[in-house]
Amino acid sequence: MTMPGPSFTPLVRVTFLVAVALTGLTAGCSKPSGTGTAKTPSIELLNVSYDPTRELYKDINTAFAKHYLAEHGTEVSIKQSHAASGSQSRAVIDGLEADVVTLATWPDVEAIAKSGLVKADWQQRFDNGSIPYHSVVVFVVRKGNPKGIADWPDLDRDGIEIITPNPKTSGNGKYSFLAAWGSVLAAGGSADDARGFVERLYRRTPVLDTGARAATATFSQKGIGDVHLTFENEAHLEVDESKGALEIVYPKRSIRVDPPVAVVDTNVDRKSTRHAAEAYLGFLYSPEGKAIVAKHHYRPWTADAKGPPEGFPEIETFDITFVAGSWNDAMKNLFGEGGEFDKIYQPAGTSK
Amino acid sequence: MTSKPRDAATATSPLGLLLITGAVATVGLLIVAPLASVFVDAFSNGPRAWWEALAHDPDTRHAIWLSLTVAPIAVLINTIFGVAAAWLVARFRFPGRSLLVSLFDVPFSVSPVVAGLALVLIFGRQGLLGPTLAGLAVKVIFAWPGLVLATTFVTLPLVVRELIPVMEAIGPEEEMAAVSLGANGWQVFWRVTLPNIRWALLHGVVLANARAMGEFGAVYVVSGHIAGATDTMPLRVEKLFQEYRTPASMAVASVLAALALLTLVAKVFIERQLETESKELEAARAPGADTDPTTGGLGP
Repeated sequence: MTMPGPSFTPLVRVTFLVAVALTGLTAGCSKPSGTGTAKTPSIELLNVSYDPTRELYKDINTAFAKHYLAEHGTEVSIKQSHAASGSQSRAVIDGLEADVVTLATWPDVEAIAKSGLVKADWQQRFDNGSIPYHSVVVFVVRKGNPKGIADWPDLDRDGIEIITPNPKTSGNGKYSFLAAWGSVLAAGGSADDARGFVERLYRRTPVLDTGARAATATFSQKGIGDVHLTFENEAHLEVDESKGALEIVYPKRSIRVDPPVAVVDTNVDRKSTRHAAEAYLGFLYSPEGKAIVAKHHYRPWTADAKGPPEGFPEIETFDITFVAGSWNDAMKNLFGEGGEFDKIYQPAGTSK
Repeated sequence: MTSKPRDAATATSPLGLLLITGAVATVGLLIVAPLASVFVDAFSNGPRAWWEALAHDPDTRHAIWLSLTVAPIAVLINTIFGVAAAWLVARFRFPGRSLLVSLFDVPFSVSPVVAGLALVLIFGRQGLLGPTLAGLAVKVIFAWPGLVLATTFVTLPLVVRELIPVMEAIGPEEEMAAVSLGANGWQVFWRVTLPNIRWALLHGVVLANARAMGEFGAVYVVSGHIAGATDTMPLRVEKLFQEYRTPASMAVASVLAALALLTLVAKVFIERQLETESKELEAARAPGADTDPTTGGLGP
């Protein structure tokens, strides 16, 4: 029954089998190492966060792991996931198994709570409405401030190009939008004035990136735009990295940024990681945690603080309630389908 | 000196020069310069720093490992699927056949991001299969099976598309002859079909592998961006770049680019083999050749 096979058959067959074997081998070995059987008990936490916090949580994670091992004798390794805040919220809802979320805006955590993964009272779990640190929206400009940008009205001049991420997906984008809007209201302008101002800004926004980090790269590394609206912490990082090519400008007033944190109840209960997850977020409020937070240019929250934390410049701030009433209203009226942003951005015709 | 003077004249004419300059400038600007800049940036701190960026960062190491795992699995799935599907389409006529062939092309026309989102909508927690998968404690999305699925999806047409025309050109005669001589299915496949399609198959595999290694969009959506867990090489490149670690980012990019160049070399070699083979086939089919295609014969 054997046929006189062509001479290359063995070679072909061997190649095929080797390919199969190699694939099988790699597949077999690559089983994720979730179930560690180390001597000291060890757990793994996943912190799903937004773009600019990468450097902050790298330090926090190291410090917390040391702290938790000393206190409770358990090794914790913390994995990080970073992307635009809105996308991250969506990913957690879709099944990204976060133990904790540390996101940019209230609606991003609230959306997870609405999906049932986080209990409704999440804002009462930690101090200050579960907001361990604040920031403000500031300007980053090119060296020597060639366009002479000092405050919000300067952004309204012809030819000034503004870089800010998309408010639909990015927390940084939302805050920049709100800061610009609020700056007009705080200076005594009407809602119509604010709308006009913000509309003109987005007309002169050449690129709308999905997340804060992409916008930073657009401004600092690709060299597009005259002024980058971003969080104070991100601005410091950006300026430090630029080695003198960029500088920060503090406007007279800006919005207070309130990035909330929450334990993802359903996930920690299933994975039995609640204790470590709660300790992890609590650590952000500890003196050691606060020092790391401040080192990364986030303004740590302190119960009875007067004025800005040590080392941070004074800046007049307004919050979301001043600009839009509440986050729910902001989400509906400003960023929702057919909201102010949609009305503003479409006529510009620069869709992305 | 038959056609050379004419060639030289065209090349030195103003229009010819302009076109050549334009072509060289385009290739240089769009392909050579960016590729070169990847390597220049990657080695900007010396080969030692390059190696350290790749080997000493556990997250980068994991990303390389993950890519080298996910891509071969996806390619293997597509190889098996591609051979089976091409055989079905090339050897049989059935209702809905052309529809099936068009469906193979869907991954080419669908944006990878959409493909990724579609997978999330099916396998995600809120998706069609989400509750079932959660009940079985199987993680697909935001874990490596999701990466394999997404990669398999985007590379699906590459193998099958490569095989269909070759199998159709070769025709069923040799296989039928083998069967008439008493070969069973496996024997026909290993000794007749596979040797005939081997270069086309390899071509498809090489292309699929290149695409699988480099896939970004679909994988981006289903990965969940967990450093050291679900970041593949292209995702790691982006992440490092955004963390202001350009040399490290370019080091990973240089590995991807080197893989691409390797693919190119393999591709050229395989294409030569394919060409030789199709010429041989034509010669065999030419009138007067000793194989009669109508009756189908295995050799002389």
